Amino acid sequence: MIDRSGHCIVMNQENQEQQRQPSAILRFVGGIGDQVLYVLTDLGRMGIFLYFSLVGLCKHPFRFRELVKQVGFIGAGSITVIFFTALSSGMVLGLQGYYSLHKFGAEGMLGSAVSLTLIMELGPVLTALMVAGRAGSAMCAEIGIMRISEQIDALECMAIDPFRYLISPKFLAALISVPLLTAVFDVVGILGGYLAGVKLMGVNGGAFFAGMQQSVTNHDLRLGVVKSFVFALLLVWICTGRGYFVQKIRGAGFGAESVSTVTTQAVVMSSIAVLVFDYLLTAVLL
Amino acid sequence: MSGVENAPLDAEPAAIRFVEVSKSFGERKRRHLVLDRVSFSVPKGRTTVIAGGSGQGKSVILKLILGLLKPDAGQVLVGDRDIAAMGYRALQEVRMLFGVLFQGVALFDSLTVFENIALPLRERTKLSSEEIRQRVAATLDQLELTGHEEKFPAQLSGGMKKRVGLARALQLDPEIVLFDEPTTGLDPVMTREIYELFTRTQQRLGYTAVIVSHDIPQIFTLADQIILLNKGELDVFSEASRIPYSTKPKIREFARQVMGQEAREG
Repeated sequence: MIDRSGHCIVMNQENQEQQRQPSAILRFVGGIGDQVLYVLTDLGRMGIFLYFSLVGLCKHPFRFRELVKQVGFIGAGSITVIFFTALSSGMVLGLQGYYSLHKFGAEGMLGSAVSLTLIMELGPVLTALMVAGRAGSAMCAEIGIMRISEQIDALECMAIDPFRYLISPKFLAALISVPLLTAVFDVVGILGGYLAGVKLMGVNGGAFFAGMQQSVTNHDLRLGVVKSFVFALLLVWICTGRGYFVQKIRGAGFGAESVSTVTTQAVVMSSIAVLVFDYLLTAVLL
Repeated sequence: MSGVENAPLDAEPAAIRFVEVSKSFGERKRRHLVLDRVSFSVPKGRTTVIAGGSGQGKSVILKLILGLLKPDAGQVLVGDRDIAAMGYRALQEVRMLFGVLFQGVALFDSLTVFENIALPLRERTKLSSEEIRQRVAATLDQLELTGHEEKFPAQLSGGMKKRVGLARALQLDPEIVLFDEPTTGLDPVMTREIYELFTRTQQRLGYTAVIVSHDIPQIFTLADQIILLNKGELDVFSEASRIPYSTKPKIREFARQVMGQEAREG
C-alpha cells in the first residue's frame, strides 16, 4: 500500500508538472513572438539611432577636424581597393561585352554597355560593398570597443553628446566619400573597359567613346549618384549602429567576442541592404 | 530594505538620495533582482563607500545615479531632482555636476594623456587653447603626471591610468565624484597611493565622493559613511566597527565572511 500510494503521489506530481509545461506548439509560437518583438525593438532602436545621428550633424560645435580625419579614412584610405576593383571589373566587362557583342557584329556598342553598367549598377554597388568591408567593419569595431570599454559611457557622463562627438562625423564623412569613390570607380572602370576592349581586342577607340557619349544621359548619372548616397547612408548607419548597440544584440556574446560577432553581422547586413536597395532604387528610378 | 533610518549622517544635507529604488535585469523568466526597494542618502561633501561582493549591484547604483540606467521603481534624487524623470537636456545639465572614474578608467585610447584630460574642457567650456593647456599642465603637475602628456593610455601603467582618469574626472570642478572600483588591478603600494590621492584631492576640492569598491576593509579608512550590500539587502553605517552589529542578517553574514575575527565576535 505504502509503495503503491507513494507511486501514485509521484505520478500525480509528474502529471501536474506536465500540465504546467506549455505544449510544444505554444512554445514554438511563443518563440516566434519573442523573435518578432526583438526584431521590432531592434528596428526601433536603430531608427532612433539614425535620428540622433542626423540631428548630431546640426549640433554645435561641429568637429571639422574629425570629419577630415574620417574622410581620409573612409575615402582616401579606400582608393587603392576601389582602384583595383574598378580596373578589374571594367576589364572583365570589356572582355565579356566584346565577346557578346561580337556575335552580333555590334562591337561599337561596347563603350555604351561598359559605361552604362558601371555608372548605374556596378559603380555604386561595388564601391559600397568595398567600403562596407574595409571602413564599415573598422567603424563598427571601433565603436563596439568604445562601448564595451565604457568610453561612450564616459562621454555621456561628461555631458558630451556621443552622437555629435563620435557618430555624426562618420555619417557625414561617408556621405561625402562614397559618392566620390563611386565617381572614381566609374572612371577607372571605364578606363579598364577601354584597355580590354580597345587596346587588347581591337575595338575602335572613337566608336567606344562615341557610343558612351550617346548612350549615357544625365538621368543615368543621377541614378548612380542617388544610389551612392543611399548606400553610403545605409552602410554607415548599420555599421556604426551595430557597434553602438553591441551589448544589446541578442546572441552576440560578451567582450571581444561580441565585437567580432557584431562586426561580421554589420558587414553582412549592410551588404545585403545595399543589394536589396539597389534593386528597389533601380525599379523605382529607372 | 530601507537603510535610511540607520544612517547616522542623515541629518546632513544630501547630495544624492535613493528612495525605494528597485532594479532588475534579464528577460521575464530569468529576471534577476539586484536592488529591492533600496533607500539611502549620500551626505554632501563627505565620502560614502558602497561595498559588497561581486554582482551585488554596486556599479548598478553608480549607473542609476548617472542616469545611464533607469530604476524599475522608486526615485534617484540628485539634489531634489529625480534623475529617472529627466529629459535628455536636463540630464546633460545634471551630469555636469559629476566627475566619474570608471572601473576600467575608460580613457579614450586614440587620444594622448593631454588630449584625454583636455577633452571635457574643450567640449564643455569656452576656454582658449592656451588656458586649457595651462589648466591641464597644472593638473598633470598635481597628480605627478608631468612628462607623460604625449603618451597614449596603452603606454601607461595601471596606477598612472587611474591618475589620468581622476585628472579627467576633476577637470570641470565637479560637485560629486563617483569612483567605480578605483583600485582594481593595482598592487597594495599603488592602492595606498591612490587612496592618499583621493584624500588629498577631496580635502582640496571639497567634492562629495561616492566610492564603489570590494577592497574590504581597507577602503573603509576613507569612509565617512559605509553602505554595505549583500543579496539584495542594504545597510548604512557611520563607521566600520558598527558593521557586525547590523540588524540585517545578510549583512552580518557578509561581514563575517569578509571581515574576519572582529566580525565573528560581533
